[in-house]
Amino acid sequence: MSEQRGLNREQIAKRVANELQDGWLVNLGLGIPTLAVNYIPEGRDILFHSENGIIGMGPRPADEDVDTDLMSAGKGPITLIKGAALLHHADSFVVARGGRLDAAILGAYQVADNGDFANWRLPDKNVGGIGGAMDIAVGAQRVFITMSQTDKNGAPKLVDNLTYPLTTKACVTKIFTDMAVIAVTENGFTLEEVAPGFTPDDIVERTAAELNIPENIRTIAA
Amino acid sequence: MKQKKKGTINTALDQLKDGDTVLVGGFGLSGIPEKLINGVCKRELRGLTIVNNSSGAGRFGVARLIERGCVGKIIVSFPWGRESDVFKRLYEAGKVDLEIVPQGILAERMRAAGAGLGGVLSPSGVGTQIADGKPTHTVNGKEYIVETALPGDVALIKAHRVDPRGNLIYRLASQNMNPVMAMAAKHTIAEVDEEVALGDLDPAQIITPGVFVDRYIVTGRYKPEAWDGAWHE
Repeated sequence: MSEQRGLNREQIAKRVANELQDGWLVNLGLGIPTLAVNYIPEGRDILFHSENGIIGMGPRPADEDVDTDLMSAGKGPITLIKGAALLHHADSFVVARGGRLDAAILGAYQVADNGDFANWRLPDKNVGGIGGAMDIAVGAQRVFITMSQTDKNGAPKLVDNLTYPLTTKACVTKIFTDMAVIAVTENGFTLEEVAPGFTPDDIVERTAAELNIPENIRTIAA
Repeated sequence: MKQKKKGTINTALDQLKDGDTVLVGGFGLSGIPEKLINGVCKRELRGLTIVNNSSGAGRFGVARLIERGCVGKIIVSFPWGRESDVFKRLYEAGKVDLEIVPQGILAERMRAAGAGLGGVLSPSGVGTQIADGKPTHTVNGKEYIVETALPGDVALIKAHRVDPRGNLIYRLASQNMNPVMAMAAKHTIAEVDEEVALGDLDPAQIITPGVFVDRYIVTGRYKPEAWDGAWHE
């Protein structure tokens, strides 16, 4: 067991990026989700939305081309792809709440087996805030969560009931962790893939809710 | 045509008074009316309610207003950013109140105010701490939070170009909440990079018609003062 090492942040980003399909409009949250932009499979035309009013966000520019009027919601410098469109904030959230996002990739502190998730504040500490997460999660067609399987104390982050403050109810589609890919289904959590070196039992042990284990669990191509 | 709307930094803020609700544009480093914010700081106003996306970073944007003691309350979506030390300090000392609103609903509450609506039915935050104390309403079996309109006494916004009628266009992705704030306040003051002659803006390109702008000042393009060149990821 001590030899097991889960996927790193880049590998999680690569795995979730492979989930994005040709023609989709996708919003990326801070952290690992932002890295996914670097791993879009060849041949897929994917548009990225940034809630500060951008459809068609492109990669980071060279330092000398940085412009303070072109930045992501995470406040990093970006470019616009050809055919990009700019909006004001209210219309940008029409895109999100109005169901135009094919997927959103967000981080989380916890996900429950009914699809509830928590990512906007800690129970006992003032950190961060909501930002656009509640509007984006409630409106996106699919919500993909990237996070570690357990917290830094080893406590599972996939649970049967949230103990962290709720962000949005019953919206999570799939969770991509350092150890597994887990879908949220009508029957709760269902294991789909494990990271190299992990068995389904390893994931059951690190999940604080019932985990359905179908046959033919795949191994994540890391 | 008479120049009715053009003002100077010294006179443009004359309408502002203690206790006002002030909508301040800007997101990250973009579209922030820094010169107008400096003007408010100099006036040493007190008890303002400031509406913005965040509580400001470092000494940037609304953080300066908070630090100068002008602010009694902020209404924002993201209060506790990594660099929001000014707000954190005064919040923990009980000097500034806080209302947190989901970002899209913050914009929508202002749009509702501008549109003469009493509020909106919001799906964002149903069942969360955000819904505490707010009525809910069910439409076609789906639950919504009743979010009230959020009007401003004054809006301080930033745009790129203005014509003498106060029509505005914005530069790149710097619109953020500026256009909805312009519509939501009784008195809107725009800080702009450049002024052009009447007829020089393509009417089809105008984002904020001058009917929503009461006063503007022309500052020229400047690099945000508090920006030290450091970017996040």
